[in-house]
Amino acid sequence: MSLPAGAPDVLTSEALNADVVCFPTKDQYVALVAAFKNDGYEMCADLCAVDYLEHPTRALPDGVVGTRFEIVVNLLSLSKRSRVRIRVQAGTEQPEVPSLFSLYPGTEAMEREAFDMFGVLFSAHPDLTRILMPEDWEGHPLRKDFGVGRIPVQFKQGPGPR
Amino acid sequence: MSENTIRTIDRDVLAAETSEGAQELQTRPATPTEELGREVGAVLRLDGITLDPSNVDAERFDDETMIINMGPSHPSTHGVLRLMLELDGEFVLRTKPVIGYLHTGMEKTGEELSYVQGTTNVTRMDYVSPVINELNYSLAVEKLLGIEVPERATWIRMMMSELNRIASHLVWMATNGMDLGSTSMMIYGLRERELILAFYEKTAGLRMNLNYVRPGGVAADLPDGWQDDVLVICDTIDARTYEYDQLLTGQPIFRERLVGVAPITAEEALALGVTGPLLRSTGVAWDLRRSMPYLAYDEVDFDVIVGTYGDNFDRYAIRLQEIRESIRIVRQCIEAMPAGDYRSQDPKVTPPPRARIGESMEALIHHFKLFTEGFHVPAGEVYSAVESPRGELGCYIVADGGPKPYRIHVRAPSFVNLQAIPLLMRGGSISDAITVISTVDPVMGEVDR
Repeated sequence: MSLPAGAPDVLTSEALNADVVCFPTKDQYVALVAAFKNDGYEMCADLCAVDYLEHPTRALPDGVVGTRFEIVVNLLSLSKRSRVRIRVQAGTEQPEVPSLFSLYPGTEAMEREAFDMFGVLFSAHPDLTRILMPEDWEGHPLRKDFGVGRIPVQFKQGPGPR
Repeated sequence: MSENTIRTIDRDVLAAETSEGAQELQTRPATPTEELGREVGAVLRLDGITLDPSNVDAERFDDETMIINMGPSHPSTHGVLRLMLELDGEFVLRTKPVIGYLHTGMEKTGEELSYVQGTTNVTRMDYVSPVINELNYSLAVEKLLGIEVPERATWIRMMMSELNRIASHLVWMATNGMDLGSTSMMIYGLRERELILAFYEKTAGLRMNLNYVRPGGVAADLPDGWQDDVLVICDTIDARTYEYDQLLTGQPIFRERLVGVAPITAEEALALGVTGPLLRSTGVAWDLRRSMPYLAYDEVDFDVIVGTYGDNFDRYAIRLQEIRESIRIVRQCIEAMPAGDYRSQDPKVTPPPRARIGESMEALIHHFKLFTEGFHVPAGEVYSAVESPRGELGCYIVADGGPKPYRIHVRAPSFVNLQAIPLLMRGGSISDAITVISTVDPVMGEVDR
């Protein structure tokens, strides 16, 4: 496990299916991704958010303070045939991380989705609007405190007088 | 109140009720510079060189262009894709896809379903290639569980997903033919796909959304005489791909619509995260089956098809050729299909056979636990990816030790590939826009999830 040249000093840990899982702080985040990009990770395969409301004390490397929201980025290197995963703690009350748009333009839609579903803000994102939900939707549906919708079941009572 | 006033009120009400506000394509003065660059397809200029908004289409003024709306109910949008286009006459200047019309919260649903039930959920995302969705989910869960699936299950999975790739590409050939006015191709494509769906029905009981690949293996063994069925499928479709060649590949009208239209370069495709036939059309030989093999793809012979120019025709040619390559793989699967179990015999993951329940208390308990609570998956997180007909299909699961995934995220290839549409549309005419949507091949169930 070795970080690319120029990368900030971040905490890393082994994971199941990635070569490296990095835990940068919010300040190190963009610099780390830029270092990976210069190192041959041509593509940002995936970016998503996770709401750890029910697991504030999840397993993390020593020194990483877990927050409620986490952004998970999967970078892919075609030349090295390897993947790397970056997990950045986005915050609890007002989660916000820098946007990766200037490094990987392809993260635009993924960041919009993370914003739409979790309310995580991405600073310097060109068009941070809802992408899947209607514009006037209240709340962020994939948050753990957002209730699951129920369709009222009909026919539970008797059909009534006819 | 005169009739005119009523109409005006109606129109305002309608606009207020149907508007998606900031999600829509805005006028140029209201668009931030980066967003403008994205909408005109200036992907690589984002790096270093500043984009001057007053320089983009400087010879055009706002009152000479027009913003029109295409979709979400448009026959060529393959579902409910809505595109907003800024047009100069017939030519497209800016494009913005507006999506979400098929959003059903499948990732949220996935958190409510146990790992056993999860396959029924993911199979409905990309409904054109359901087996590959199930496969991807199952591989991720198996990685978390740390279980091995028997060799026969691996090969059955591989054969079924290649059949699915053929079916998916045939649907694409069909819809693409329909978009370009070749309605015969539509009928032929769906006719050939029917062969595969019939085999699915024979094997799994369902034609689509099979729930066939499950964590631990597959749901049922292949039916008796399956070799003959699959061979007939291979022989028929293989021969007919050459008929498609005759019908389409050399046909002047068809070529006119595709050759040289909407090119994309490798750098742009990589920057946008585009995968699948779109990426391969630019000459990048990136196919997860070859580059990061899963299942037993490293034991079969096949070619990764790449294009040169990244235009519509390359994307067409790649898909047609991939049908043939998949047939090659299926033939090798028939030859090499090992004997043995079709699912893992781990009783914690695999339900006992029906006959055992009547005679074994333990089997009854396992059966009951599996179908009421489901199996527990050790805490952890995993990202696994497979090559779907549309590109890299990824699945990120966070497990917290319980019987349901804490978070399940699907990296849908169509969702990411859609971002290439503004770039591909730029400068083309509206009729080219139809071919661009078609050759990008988005499946809206997967885009919106």
